[in-house]
Amino acid sequence: MSVNAINIEPKAKTHPHKFTMWMAIASIIMIFAGLTSAYIVKSNQANWKPVAVPQIFWLSTLAILVSSFTLELAIRSFKQRVMHWYRMMMAITLLLGAGFLLLQWMGFMELWSQQVTFKGSGAGQFLYVIFGVHGLHVLGGVVVLAILLLKALFIKQRSDVVSLQVTGMYWHFVDALWIYLLVFFMLIGK
Amino acid sequence: MSAALHLHSEAAGSHEHHGHHKQSFISKYIFSMDHKTIGKQFLITGIVWAIIGGLFSVLFRLQLGYPDQSFPILETIFGKWAKGGQIQPEFYYGLVTIHGTVLVFFVLTAGLSGTFANLLIPLQVGARDMASPFMNMLSYWFFFLAGVVMLASIFVHTGPASGGWTTYPPLSALRQAGDGQKIGTDLWLISMALFIVSSLLGGLNYISTILNMRTKGMSMTKMPLTMWAMFFTAVLGVLSFPVLLSGAILLLFDRNLGTSFYLSDIVINGEILPNEGGSAILYQHLFWFLGHPEVYIILLPAMGMVSEILSVNSRKPIFGYMAMLGSMFAIAILAFLVWAHHMFVTGLNPFLGSVFVLLTLLIAVPSAIKVFNWLTTLWKGNIRFTPATLFAIGFVSLFISGGLTGIFLGNSTIDIHLHDTMFVVAHFHIVMGVASFFGMFAGVYHWFPKMFGRYMNNTIAYIHFWVTMVGAYLIFWPMHYQGLAGMPRRYLDKRGWASFNQFGDVDKMITVVSIIVFAVQLMFVFNFFYSIFKGRKVTTKNPWGANTLEWTTEINPGHGNWEGEIPEVHRWPYDYSKDGRDFIPQTEPVGADESKH
Repeated sequence: MSVNAINIEPKAKTHPHKFTMWMAIASIIMIFAGLTSAYIVKSNQANWKPVAVPQIFWLSTLAILVSSFTLELAIRSFKQRVMHWYRMMMAITLLLGAGFLLLQWMGFMELWSQQVTFKGSGAGQFLYVIFGVHGLHVLGGVVVLAILLLKALFIKQRSDVVSLQVTGMYWHFVDALWIYLLVFFMLIGK
Repeated sequence: MSAALHLHSEAAGSHEHHGHHKQSFISKYIFSMDHKTIGKQFLITGIVWAIIGGLFSVLFRLQLGYPDQSFPILETIFGKWAKGGQIQPEFYYGLVTIHGTVLVFFVLTAGLSGTFANLLIPLQVGARDMASPFMNMLSYWFFFLAGVVMLASIFVHTGPASGGWTTYPPLSALRQAGDGQKIGTDLWLISMALFIVSSLLGGLNYISTILNMRTKGMSMTKMPLTMWAMFFTAVLGVLSFPVLLSGAILLLFDRNLGTSFYLSDIVINGEILPNEGGSAILYQHLFWFLGHPEVYIILLPAMGMVSEILSVNSRKPIFGYMAMLGSMFAIAILAFLVWAHHMFVTGLNPFLGSVFVLLTLLIAVPSAIKVFNWLTTLWKGNIRFTPATLFAIGFVSLFISGGLTGIFLGNSTIDIHLHDTMFVVAHFHIVMGVASFFGMFAGVYHWFPKMFGRYMNNTIAYIHFWVTMVGAYLIFWPMHYQGLAGMPRRYLDKRGWASFNQFGDVDKMITVVSIIVFAVQLMFVFNFFYSIFKGRKVTTKNPWGANTLEWTTEINPGHGNWEGEIPEVHRWPYDYSKDGRDFIPQTEPVGADESKH
C-alpha cells in the first residue's frame, strides 16, 4: 500500500476507505432489511406470537448511545493530540461496548426464562436472530476498538486518523441500527 | 468487521516494502496484494472449479442419456454412489446440486467478475491498485476457503448437499429427509457464507476503486463500458448477497436450533414434527431476492467485456455509449424488482404475479437496446476475427436465443406449463450459463497478453470456439422441445412416462455432444496453461491497437502498474477509425481541428 498511498489524489472528495465503509454499511443494512421484512411478512400470518421486549434492552440502549458519544470525544482528542484523554475515552467506549453485549445477553436470558425459546417462529425467535446478528456486528466493532486501544497503550507509533474515523462511522452505524431495531420490535408485530 | 479490515490494511501498509522488486515467492504469488495476481488466482481457481462442475454434468448426462446402461468404471471410481455401474439417486442429486452451485457461484461469479474486475479495474481507470489491496487479498482467500469446504463436502460419507443449488426448505432444513441433507448441507451453507463474505469484500473494493481512484481526466463517462459493467455488478452483489445471508441464517437456525421459520406441519417417515407456523415460501423470497440479481451479476461483466472487445476488433466506436450505459442501469434496477417471477406457481397472488410479469418483460427493452448496439457496432466494421471476437459474437448470439425464451417464461400463464421443465434448463443455460462462459472466454483470449505477456494458441482457440458454439446449441436447443412436451427437470429417470420415450435418442445425442464439448474445454485449459509458459511472446505494448489505459503499461506491469506517472486521460475510449486514424488512445489530448464523435 505504499503504492496505494501515492495514488490518492488531492482532488479526491472522500477517502476511499471511508467510502468503502459507506458501502459496507449499505450492505449490512440489506441483511437487516431481509430479516425485518421477513418479520413483517410473518407477523401478518396466522399463529403469530408477539413478544414483550424485556426492559433491560433500554439499559443497553443507554450504554451504546453513551459509547457513541465517548468515541466521538476520543476522536476529537486524538485530532487535538491529547493522547491520555484519547486513551481514556477509548477505554470507556470499549467498556460500554462490552457492557452493551453483556446487557443484550442478559436480555436474552430473561426472555429465555419466560419460556421464549427457539421453538416456533414468532417474534421471540426473530428477536434472537435479529438482535443476535446485530450483536455479532457490535462484537466486531468491540474487537476493533480493543485493537485500537491496545495500539494506543503499547505502540507509541501514531495510528492514522482515517482508520479511527472509519471505526467511528461503523460504531455510530451499529448504534443507530440498534435504535431502529428496538423501535421496530416495539411497534411492529404487536 | 470491515472496520477491522481497514485497520489491518493500514497496519500492513506500514510494513510493506516499497516497489515490487524484493518480494518473496509467498508474498508475490500466494498472499499477493497485487490486483493482477489476485485476478489470476481467481481465474485459475475458477478454471479448476469449472473442470469439476463440468465433469459432474458429464456424469449426470450419462445417466440421463443412458438410464438403462451400466458403466462398471463408475463403480470402480465412485463405489457405492454408482452401484452396479449406475448412478444412484442420492448421488445424482448431489451431482446436480454441486454442478449448479459451483458453476453459478464459483465459476461465473468469482471466476468471472473476480478475475476481470480485479485485473481490469485499476488498469482501466488508471489506479495503482485497489482501494484496499488487503481486503482484496482477503476476498480471494475467503473464496479459496469456501472452495475447500465445498470440496470437502463432496467426500463426506453421506455425500454432498443434494437439495438443488437453491436449497429450498423444508427439504434442506430437515436432516431426516435424506443423506444429502445431513453434513453435506451444513458444509454447503458454511461454504456459501464464506463465499458471500468473499464477494462482499471484493464488491466493496471494486465500487470504491471505480468511484474514488480514477486517474486525472477519467470522468465517469470516459470510462470503458467494461468498468461500468463491473460497477453495476458490484453494486448488485453488495446489495443482494446480504439478503441471501439473512435467508441462510434463518435456515441454519431451523436446521440446528429447532426454530420453525420455514417449517410447518411436517410428517416425515411417519414422525410428526413439532414445528409450527413457518413458511417455506419465505425462504424463496429471500433466496430469489439474491437469486435474480445474481443472474445479472453473472451476465453484466460478460456484457461489458463483449462491448469492449467488439469495438476494438471491429475498429469502430461502440454504438450508443450512453444507451449502453443507460440500459445497464435499467437492468441493474429491474434486477431487484423481478424476483417473484421464479415463484409464479407457489400460490403467489395472481395480481402480484401480473406486476412481476410486466416488470420482467420490461427487461427485454434494455436487453434489446444492448443487442442492437452490439450489432450496429459490428456493422460495416473492419472486423478482425480473433478468438476473442468470435466468442464475443457468440455471446451476442446466445444472449438473443436465450433472451427470447425468457419472454415465454416471464409470462405467468405460460410458466404454469413450463416451470420446472427442461425448457427452463435450456433457457438459463443458454442465456446465463453458456453466454457468460463465452464472455469469459472472450475476456481470457483478449486479455491473456496483458495477464501473462504471451498469446494463446489460435488454432486450438478456433477449434475451441466452433465446437463449443455448435455444441452449446446442440445440447440445449432440443431441451426446449423436451420442456414444451412437459419433461420435468431434475428427474433421475424418465422411462416411466411413455410420452417421453420419443426423446430417448435426443437425450443420447445431448450426452454424446456434452462429452465432446467437455473434452474441447480441456483443450482450452491445456492451451491456457501451456501458453502461460510456452506461448508466443508479446512484443508490443498494445497488441490489439486498443485505446484503453491497460495497454499503456509495460508488457508485464509490476505492482503499481505504471513505471512513471499514471497517464492522464483526455478522451473516451472508443475513438477508432476517426479522422483517418485507426485508433487514438485515451491518453492523447484532443486536437483543435478534431471532429466530434
